[in-house]
Amino acid sequence: MMRVVPAPLSGTPLSRFNPAAKLGAAFVVMVGLLVTADLVSASAVLFAEILVLPASGVRMRTLAVRAWPLVLGAAGLAVANVVASGASSAEVAALSLRLVAIALPGVLVFLTTDAVDLADSLVQQARCPARFAYGALAALRLLPLISDDWATIQRARRARGIDAGRSPVAKARLFVSGVYSLLVAAIRRAVRLAAAMDSRGFDSRRPRTCARRQSVTRRDWYLLAAAVVVVGGANALAAAAGSWHPLVG
Amino acid sequence: MGAVVEAVGWGWRHAGRRAWALRGLDLVIEAGERVLLLGPSGAGKSTLLGAIAGLLAAPESGDDEGRLTVAGRPAEEAHGGAGVVFQDPSSSIVMGRVGDEVAFGLENRSVPAAEIWSRVSAALGAVGLRHPLSHPTGWLSGGEQQRLAIADVVALAPDLWLLDEPTANLDPAGAAMVRDALRELLVASSATLVMVEHRVGPLLDMVDRVVVLEPGAGVMADGAPAEVFARDGAALRAAGIWVPGGAPGRLAPPRPAGRPVVATRALTVAYPGSSRPAVDGVDVTAYAGQVLAVTGSNGSGKTTLALALASLLAPSTGEVRFLAGGPDRPYARWRPRELVKLVGSVFQDPEHQFVAASVEAELAVGPLRSGVAGAEVRRRVGELLDLLALAHVARVNPFTLSGGEKRRLSVACALATDPVLLVLDEPTFAQDLRAWETLVALLADQRDAGRAVVVVTHDDALVRALADRRLELERGKVTGPGARVGTEGSDETAPAR
Amino acid sequence: MDVVVASVIAVTGGVVFWAWDQLWATTAVAFAVFPPAHAVMYGVWLAPGVLGALVIRRPGAALYTELVASVVEALLGNAWGVSVIAYGLAQGFAPELVFAAFAYRSWRLPVSAAAGAAAGLAAAGLDLVYYYGGWQTDWKLAYVAVVTASAAVVAGVGSACLVRALARTGVLQPFAAGRRAPAS
Repeated sequence: MMRVVPAPLSGTPLSRFNPAAKLGAAFVVMVGLLVTADLVSASAVLFAEILVLPASGVRMRTLAVRAWPLVLGAAGLAVANVVASGASSAEVAALSLRLVAIALPGVLVFLTTDAVDLADSLVQQARCPARFAYGALAALRLLPLISDDWATIQRARRARGIDAGRSPVAKARLFVSGVYSLLVAAIRRAVRLAAAMDSRGFDSRRPRTCARRQSVTRRDWYLLAAAVVVVGGANALAAAAGSWHPLVG
Repeated sequence: MGAVVEAVGWGWRHAGRRAWALRGLDLVIEAGERVLLLGPSGAGKSTLLGAIAGLLAAPESGDDEGRLTVAGRPAEEAHGGAGVVFQDPSSSIVMGRVGDEVAFGLENRSVPAAEIWSRVSAALGAVGLRHPLSHPTGWLSGGEQQRLAIADVVALAPDLWLLDEPTANLDPAGAAMVRDALRELLVASSATLVMVEHRVGPLLDMVDRVVVLEPGAGVMADGAPAEVFARDGAALRAAGIWVPGGAPGRLAPPRPAGRPVVATRALTVAYPGSSRPAVDGVDVTAYAGQVLAVTGSNGSGKTTLALALASLLAPSTGEVRFLAGGPDRPYARWRPRELVKLVGSVFQDPEHQFVAASVEAELAVGPLRSGVAGAEVRRRVGELLDLLALAHVARVNPFTLSGGEKRRLSVACALATDPVLLVLDEPTFAQDLRAWETLVALLADQRDAGRAVVVVTHDDALVRALADRRLELERGKVTGPGARVGTEGSDETAPAR
Repeated sequence: MDVVVASVIAVTGGVVFWAWDQLWATTAVAFAVFPPAHAVMYGVWLAPGVLGALVIRRPGAALYTELVASVVEALLGNAWGVSVIAYGLAQGFAPELVFAAFAYRSWRLPVSAAAGAAAGLAAAGLDLVYYYGGWQTDWKLAYVAVVTASAAVVAGVGSACLVRALARTGVLQPFAAGRRAPAS
C-alpha cells in the first residue's frame, strides 16, 4: 500500500489551461469568499461552480471519490457550529457552503494538473526560483519509495518482536520510533538525490532553460477574469441583499 | 592538454569522523585513460570519486589536505563537468518521466529548448532504452534505471565519466545490460573513465589501468590490470579485493535435509493494485541444517517470498506453515513476540531494522521481547559481540557504523533469539571479499548448527559457495525443476514436503 | 542540497500523515463529525515546518518545508483544495517569525516549542476565520489554547527531540544540526 501521486486527468478541457492560471483562479475564489460569511455569496459562487462543472470535463463519479471528505467535513462543521456558537441556522449553513465553495475549484485544479506541469508553470509564469520548484518535484518522485520504506520499517519491527499491543501509548511510541527510522532513511535518500542533481549541474547560479514550454493563452486570462467576476458579483449580490457581513473573528 | 585528474598528496576526512578516508594520495590520470578504482571497503574509493566529481567541498563536508585538480581547476569548482553514475539509481533519478529525466541535465546546461529533445532521443537510443518519452521512471527495472542514468550522462557528452559501482544494486541480467551499454559507448567515445566496482571480472575488458587504494592511505598498486593482478594478486585478495579468478568455490558438499521448518503450499501473494501476483502458486520447503537460495531477476518475487516465509506478509491465497514449533494460530497471525523466538529476519537495508541507540541495546531487543531473563540477555549480547567482531563498537549508535558493521549487526540481531529459521534478503550486497567471506562462514556455521537458512540473492558466488538447494523464480512462479539440490543443475529434487 | 532535504522532509511528512490516518482510522471519522476534536492532534500537521527549520537552520526553511508539505498534500488528492496551501503558508510563516526573532541563531528546545506554538496559533487563527468565527468567545479561546498547546508539544518539543535523535545517527552530518553532536 504505497502512496503515489494520482495521475491527473488528461484530455479534459480543464487540463489544457495553464496551471498557474488555474491555481490563481482558485486562490481568487478563496480570497474573494473569505471576506464575508453569508449565505447569499456562498450559495451564488457554489451555484456558479456547479454550473461550470460539466464544462470542466471532470466526471461526477471522479469528483465524488475525491471530494467526499469535503462533504463530510462541511456537515461536521455544521454540527460543530450548532453546538458551539450562537449563530442562526443561516450563518451555520453559510459557513458550510462557503467551505465547499472555496474547496471545489482547488479540487478540480489538482485533479486536472500534472505535478511537472505545475512546477514548470510556477517557474515560467509565477517567477518561482527553479531550485525550489524542481527540488520539490524531485522530492515528490521519492514519495513512493519513502512510502515503501514505511511499510518495510513496520515489517522490520514485527520481525524484531516489537509490537504495541493494545495500549494507545505504546502505539504512539511505536509510531514515533517508525517516524524516526523513516526520517533517517528519507534523509539518506535526499542526500543521494541532491548529489545526483548537483552532479548534473543543478546550480542556482546558472540560468536554465526548460524543455517543456507552458503557454499562456487568452483562455487562461478569461479564466482568471471569470473568477474575479464571479466572486465580485457574489459579494455585490450579498451587499444588495443586505446579508453581506465580514466575519469578525 | 594536461592531465585530466591530478592529485598531489591529497587527503580527505569526512566531517565528524576521526579517521582520514584517504591520505597522501598521488595520482595522475591522463585524458582518454580508462581507470578502475579498487580497494577494500572503507578505502575511500567513493570518496575519491565524489571529490573528482566536485561534490565534496571543504569545510562543509569535511577537511582536505594536499591538492586535487580536475582539468587544471580545483575539484570543487568542477561540479557538473563530469558525468557521474551512482550506485543507487532509484535515488538518483530526478524526474518522473524518462524523457524529462534526460532533459534535466540539458536544461541545467542552458541548452536551447529546440535542441533538447533531439539530444534526449539520441541518448536514449545510445543506451538501448526504447520506451516512449512519457514512460514513468518508476516503472523501469533496476537495469533500465541505471541505463537511464547513463543516458543522462551521454546526453551531456562530458569528457570525464565517473561511475560509482554502477552494477552493484542490479541482478545479473540487469548488470549485463548495463555493461553492454557501457562497452558500446566507451568504444565510440574518447572520454576518460574512472570506475569503482567490487566485482571486477566482467569489467576488465573496459579498462586499461587499475588503481588500488588503501584505507586511510593512498595508492597501493597501480598499473595495467594483468600486471597488477599477477604481481600483487595474493596481497590484494588478502586485503579483501575481488581479484578476478579469486572467487571462492563451494565450501562443502550439499547437506542432507533435517526436519522441515517452514513450508508453503500454492502460495500466492498479490499486492493491492498490481496487475499480477508477486508470488504465484509457489510450493517450497525449507529444512533445518540446509541453506535454501532463492534466485531470480529483480521483480521475480524473491523478496515477497522471503517476507511470506518470515511471516511478514500474509498470503493472498495458499498457505505458509511453520512446522518446527510455535503457537497454534496461522503463521501470518503470530504475535511479534512469538515470531522473534523462532524466526530471525535480515533485511536488505540494515538501517530499516535498527531501533535502539547503541549496538548493545540493539542486540538486546529481540531477547528481551521474547522474554529472556536479564542475565541471560547480557550473556548472549556479549557472545554475539565477540562472534561478529562488534565488541569495539558496543556503545556506538548503530546508524554510525560502517556498511560492513551494520550488516554484521543486523545478522547478529537476527541470531540473538536463537531462532530456528533465518531469512536473509541480499546479505552480501556490495561487500568486499573479506566481509563476504566472514559472512559466508558465519552463515555456514549457522546452517551446521541446525538452523534452516533461506537466502534471497542474486549473488552467484554466494549461491555457489553456500547453497544446498536452489529455487529460481521468474515473475512470481517457480521456473526449472523446483527447489533442487546443489547448484550445478543436479538431477535430484528434494522432496517438497 | 538544503532545498532537496527540506522538500524530502515535507514529503516524508505527507507519508507520516497518511500513516497516522491509517493508525487512528476510527478517530479520524470521529473528528470528521466534530472537527474541533482534532485540535488535540493538530501538532502533527505543523511538525514538518519546524523540523525543516531545525535541520536546515536557514531563513525560509520553515516556510518552505511547510508550504511544500501542503502542496504535496493537495497533489496527493486531498479534498480541501487550495485552502490547504493557504494554511501551509501561514503554518510555515509563523515559526519563521519566531526563529527570526532569535536571529536564526538559537535552535534550542524552548525556541522550538515557541515556534511550534506560533504555528499552532496561526492555524487556529485561520480556523477561526474559516470555520469557527461565530463561536462564543470561551469556546474560541479554549480551541486556540488546545491547538497551540498541542502544536508546542508535538511540533515544537517533538521536532526538537527528533532532530536530536537524528543527529546522533549521523545522518545530519552535512548540516550544522548534525555536527555539534558527539561522534559516538
